[in-house]
Amino acid sequence: MSQPPHSAALQSPPSEGGDLRGLPPADPDVLLDIRDLRTYFYTLDGIVKAVDGVDLVVRRGEVVGLVGESGCGKSVTSLTIMRLIAHPGRIESGEIWFDNVNLLDLPIKQMTDIRGNRVSMIFQQPTSCLNPVYNTAYQLSEVYRIHDKVSQKVGRKKALDLLKQVGIPDPERRLKSFPHELSGGMAQRVMIGMAIACVPELLIADEPTTALDVTVQAQILDLMRDLQARLGTAIILITHDLGVVAEMASRVAVMYAGQIVEETDIHTLFRSPKHPYTVGLIGSVPVLGQIKDELYTIPGNVPSCIDLPEGCRFAPRCRARLDRDLTVCLEKNRELREIAPGHKVRCWLY
Amino acid sequence: MASTSTAEIAALDEALQRPPSSLWRDALRHIFRKRSAIVGMVILGILVFVAIFHPLLAPFDPTKSMLDVPEQAAAGVHKRMPPCIHLLGCPEDQPQHILGTDGNVRDLFSRILYGSKWSLIIGFTTVGFAIVIGTVLGGVGGYMGGWADNLIMRLMDVLLAFPSLILAIAIVTVLGPGLINALLAIGIVSIPVYARIVRASVLSVRETDYVEADRALGVGHFRLLFHRILPNALTPLIVAGTLGIATAILDAAALSFLGLGAQPPMPEWGSMLGAERNQVFSAPHLVFFPGVAIMLTVLSFNLLGDGLRDALDPRLNR
Repeated sequence: MSQPPHSAALQSPPSEGGDLRGLPPADPDVLLDIRDLRTYFYTLDGIVKAVDGVDLVVRRGEVVGLVGESGCGKSVTSLTIMRLIAHPGRIESGEIWFDNVNLLDLPIKQMTDIRGNRVSMIFQQPTSCLNPVYNTAYQLSEVYRIHDKVSQKVGRKKALDLLKQVGIPDPERRLKSFPHELSGGMAQRVMIGMAIACVPELLIADEPTTALDVTVQAQILDLMRDLQARLGTAIILITHDLGVVAEMASRVAVMYAGQIVEETDIHTLFRSPKHPYTVGLIGSVPVLGQIKDELYTIPGNVPSCIDLPEGCRFAPRCRARLDRDLTVCLEKNRELREIAPGHKVRCWLY
Repeated sequence: MASTSTAEIAALDEALQRPPSSLWRDALRHIFRKRSAIVGMVILGILVFVAIFHPLLAPFDPTKSMLDVPEQAAAGVHKRMPPCIHLLGCPEDQPQHILGTDGNVRDLFSRILYGSKWSLIIGFTTVGFAIVIGTVLGGVGGYMGGWADNLIMRLMDVLLAFPSLILAIAIVTVLGPGLINALLAIGIVSIPVYARIVRASVLSVRETDYVEADRALGVGHFRLLFHRILPNALTPLIVAGTLGIATAILDAAALSFLGLGAQPPMPEWGSMLGAERNQVFSAPHLVFFPGVAIMLTVLSFNLLGDGLRDALDPRLNR
C-alpha cells in the first residue's frame, strides 16, 4: 500500500456554494474545479444524460481516482474536460475551471492549444490510439512540432529523450517502429510519452491499464507514479479497477449513473465506505487468498441513462433502502453532502 | 523506474529478428504472386520504357510526311502502304515501314511509339487532377459533415448523374476542342468517383481511436484531416486511381476519335483511329494498330489495378 504523496489532498476541498458560480476557484492550489457539469447525448431513443451534475476538484500534483461501472459516465466526463464531445453529444451546462480559466468559455483555437500541452490524455487501447501510418519518432515529435513549434530534427531528438524517460528498451530502434510492431505495454509507454511530452499540469488517464496484462499493468502504473512524482503532474485516473485506484490515487470519487455518489480520500474509502453503492463495489472485489463460495454482486442493473429513476439513482438496487424501508430515496435525489471533513456522500442515510 | 520484464525483452528480441512487414511490402508480395498483375506490370513496364525512350526508338519523325524525305520518295513510298518488314520477306527495294504508312504518308510505327507518351500523360494528369480535387472535396465533406458534406456530395451526385462521356463532350464543346481542354473535361468528369471514395474512407477513419487521441493532443483540424486521416484513407484511392487511368485513357481516345481531343498532326492513338476510320477495309492496319495499342494500355492498367485491389484489401483472402 502506497502512501498518498500529498498530504494536502487529505484536507477537505473548499466548500463551494452557489455564490462561487462564474468565479474562478479561490484557492490557488486548486488546478481543476468542475462544477455541476452536464453532458447529454441527443439520440433517437431519447436524451442520454451521461454526465449529470458532476462536481470534482483536483489539486495541483494530486492523483484523483474516478471509479465506477462501465457506462456510468467516467469517460464522458474526461472527454468533456478536453471538450472532445462530438455530435450528438452536447455539454449542457457547468463550469470547468482550469487554472483560473473556464475551459467551456474558451474559443476552440485556445482549447486546441491547451490539449496535449497543459492537459493531456491517455486512452484505454494503446495500440489503436497510435496512427498506423506513422512511426514512433514521427508521432512523438509531432507533439513538439505542434505545441513548441520546433523543427523536425529537434523534435526527433526530444522524441528519443521521451522514449528513454518512459523506459522503453532500445529506444533508438523503437523510434523507427510502427504501432503494429509494438506490444501493448510498449505502445502504452509511447502513448504516455506523447501525453507527458509538454509536461502537462493535468493528465487524464482513461483506464490506462485495462487492456494490458497484469505484469505490464504493474509496470505502467510504476511508470505513471514515477513520472507523476518527477513532473508534479496532477492525474485523474479513470478506472473500474479498485486495485489500481488503491495503488495510485490519494483521493477517490465514485461515479454512478452520471453522478458522483461519494468522494473521499483513499483510506476512508476502503476503511469506511458510506454510500451503499461504494460498499457494494468494494464488497464485490475478490480478495486474493480468501475463498468465498460466491462473490458478492450488487443486485439489479445499472439504470439506462435515458430514463433515470426519479429519486436516488441507486435506490432501485439499494439493499440499505430496502432494509430501512425508506421512501424518500424513490422520490427525491440527495445532493452531494459533506458528512465528515473531506468526505462527501450523496445518500439519504447520512 | 520501471524495469523491463524478461518476457518483454524476449518478445522484443523476437520482434527485432523478424523482418519488418509493412502494408506495402505485403502488397508487393501478393502482387508478385498474381499472374495477371504481373502481366499488367510487364505491359506497363514496356509502355513506360517506350514512352521515355521513344525519340531513340522511333525510326522516323512522327509528323513528317515521307514524301518530304527524298530517298523515301525516290524509293516509291506512297500513302496507306501496308506494313513492310524486310526480314519477313518484304521486297528489299521497298522502304521499310514496320506498321506501314498512314493517309499522310507518315510512318505509323513512329506515330504509335510517340503516342504512348501522350497516352501516359493523359492518364496520369487527368487522374492526378481528379484525385487531388476529389480528395480535397471528399475529405472536407467527410470530415466536416453537416451542410458542407451535403453541398459537396450533392454536387458530386449531379456530376455523376450524366454519362461521363456525354458530359465530357459538353465541356469540350464549351471550352473548344483541343487536348488540354479534353484532359480538363475528363478530369472534371472523374472527380466525383474519387470524392466518394475518399469521403467514405474519411468517415470511417475519423471515428478511430487514434484520431480521438490526436484530438486530445491538440492537433488542429487541418493537420488532423490532411496529415492524420487522409494517409489512412489512401489505399482504396490508389486502386481506384489505377483503374481510373485506364478509363481516362479510353475516354480521351474517344474524344480524340470524335475530333474533340488531340488535334492533328499530334500522334495520339484516338485521333489516329478517327482520322483513318473510313479506310477500315482498304487499309485495316491503320485502325488495327492504334486500337491494339489503346487496348493493351488499358488492359495493363486494369490488370494492375485488379492486382493492387486484391493485394491491398485485407478482407480478401490472405
